Amino acid sequence: MQLTDLTLLELAAKLASRETSSVEATQACLARIAQVDGKVKAFLRLDEHGALAAAEASDARRKDGNPLGPLDGVPVAVKDIFLTEGVETTCASRILEGFVPPYDATSVRLLKEAGLPILGKLNQDEFAMGSSNESSAFGPCHNPWDLTRTPGGSSGGSAAALAAREVFGTLGTDTGGSIRQPAALTNTVGLKPTYGRVSRYGVISYASSLDAPGPMARTVGDVAALLQVLARHDPLDSTSAPADVPDYLADLEHGVAGLRLGVPREYFVEGMDPEVEASVRAALKEYERLGATLVDLSLPHTKYALAAYYLIAPAEASSNLARYDGVRYGHRARDTKGLKDMYGLTRDQGFGPEVKRRIMLGTYALSAGYYDAYYLRAQKVRTLIREDFAKAFTQVDAVVTPTSPVPAFKLGEKVNDPLSMYLMDVCTLPCNLAGLPGLSLPCGFTKAGLPIGLQLMGRPFDEAKLLRIARAFEREHDYVRRQAPI
Amino acid sequence: MKLTVEQVRHVATLARLSLTSEEETRYAEQLSAILDAVNQLQELDVSGVEPTSHATLASSLLREDVSRPSLPPEKSLANAPAKVGTSFAVPKILE
Repeated sequence: MQLTDLTLLELAAKLASRETSSVEATQACLARIAQVDGKVKAFLRLDEHGALAAAEASDARRKDGNPLGPLDGVPVAVKDIFLTEGVETTCASRILEGFVPPYDATSVRLLKEAGLPILGKLNQDEFAMGSSNESSAFGPCHNPWDLTRTPGGSSGGSAAALAAREVFGTLGTDTGGSIRQPAALTNTVGLKPTYGRVSRYGVISYASSLDAPGPMARTVGDVAALLQVLARHDPLDSTSAPADVPDYLADLEHGVAGLRLGVPREYFVEGMDPEVEASVRAALKEYERLGATLVDLSLPHTKYALAAYYLIAPAEASSNLARYDGVRYGHRARDTKGLKDMYGLTRDQGFGPEVKRRIMLGTYALSAGYYDAYYLRAQKVRTLIREDFAKAFTQVDAVVTPTSPVPAFKLGEKVNDPLSMYLMDVCTLPCNLAGLPGLSLPCGFTKAGLPIGLQLMGRPFDEAKLLRIARAFEREHDYVRRQAPI
Repeated sequence: MKLTVEQVRHVATLARLSLTSEEETRYAEQLSAILDAVNQLQELDVSGVEPTSHATLASSLLREDVSRPSLPPEKSLANAPAKVGTSFAVPKILE
């Protein structure tokens, strides 16, 4: 077995017992990246020097008997949406090419403070707008299970790097499913925490009321361990929640006996891939066998979530992305005729088609005469969706659904059809509108060998229970041990 | 709902985007299709429903009004496309 085949917690145990060192683990990751990333393209840039220096420092602490935490020395990587002091951060956009942040995102700082070397910045959809990683200005990321297919998006690089065994854990962000959908398409585990659980400070904003940074890894335990590092109140983020942080590993093995799992009929949508549906139904039966009670549910406003999301998110994006004007950082158009011309040309040259489309949609939805009919109405529908979930959680401990209606699709298949692409988020985005925690875990494969994901959604700040429910299924199967053929 | 090229041009002006004519035509088609799809929200009765702007916040949080260190000018200006002294430089606004 290669060092890079280990899970994050297995590596942490080997580091603790001195069977290996952080430098060895980091070098193994760098060798693996050199071997496969030319095909996968999960990394936008490496910080080899920084990662090795951090690994050497970790080994020195270990030698002195002073590790910073249980994950000290475990190499990870972060989506290019997280600011990293001194390391170029582009959010996969030409408009930020060459931007070197003067400070770290809180999540990045917490990883560093816990001793985890950061290998580099991961590919994504431009400004996290997309479901296939094809809107990256630096080229698409490829799915390690089939290089002709998408790894999902927007955190496609974060998922693909894990599936290709280039790194032990990653950070992603999830605005409408951008952690969970790529996890589902790559046989990995992704957790979108409750809104406010993990700080957004230093995470480049897309839609501020929906954006949620979170951990991704190859097992449920690994994700729990990473969440333990990331979950805390951050005074630098006014939307960070001052909520208690439990021990996420403590109850992980407690099983699902006695728990009630809701199965909302609206999530088994028309057009869903039959193999996806069969795997999810089989997983539900498995939960029943393990002692959970399945409860038939209705979340009646589900069918309006997609429309509400694609008004609210672009509206917030049009406001957030106003800051890219060529004045303070990033790209500036040359030879322009005055300030307004400089703004317009800078933004036209710097943004890709999907980003421009969402800025245009959001600007339209917020403009005079349309605000009430579109944006305000969408916010009211959001209330109805939240209320559906609140009612459901009086009856059940978690809601179980498919993560993605289809397995990984071919690169280029949907890129010219925005509406068809937006439908890829149909199962994940209600969770963002309601601010709930959501998790995707592997639950099977298609006959063609493509991964299928199961989604769990829980009460606000009840990530521990989601992890426990996910682990109960995971330990019955060997999906996490299956390796992508690369 | 059909969006005209003129409407797209107006929205682009509001969004500070200088689109090419090819982009204007493409966005008129694509945005029209998206608006058609999101128009299903109009079938819901939302009278008496309060809007949700943030899922988990009851109200805006304010921190103590105390001064704290900010980025020094050299760090703030480090990524500037153009600068003069300790200021960001922009094209002339007035002729």
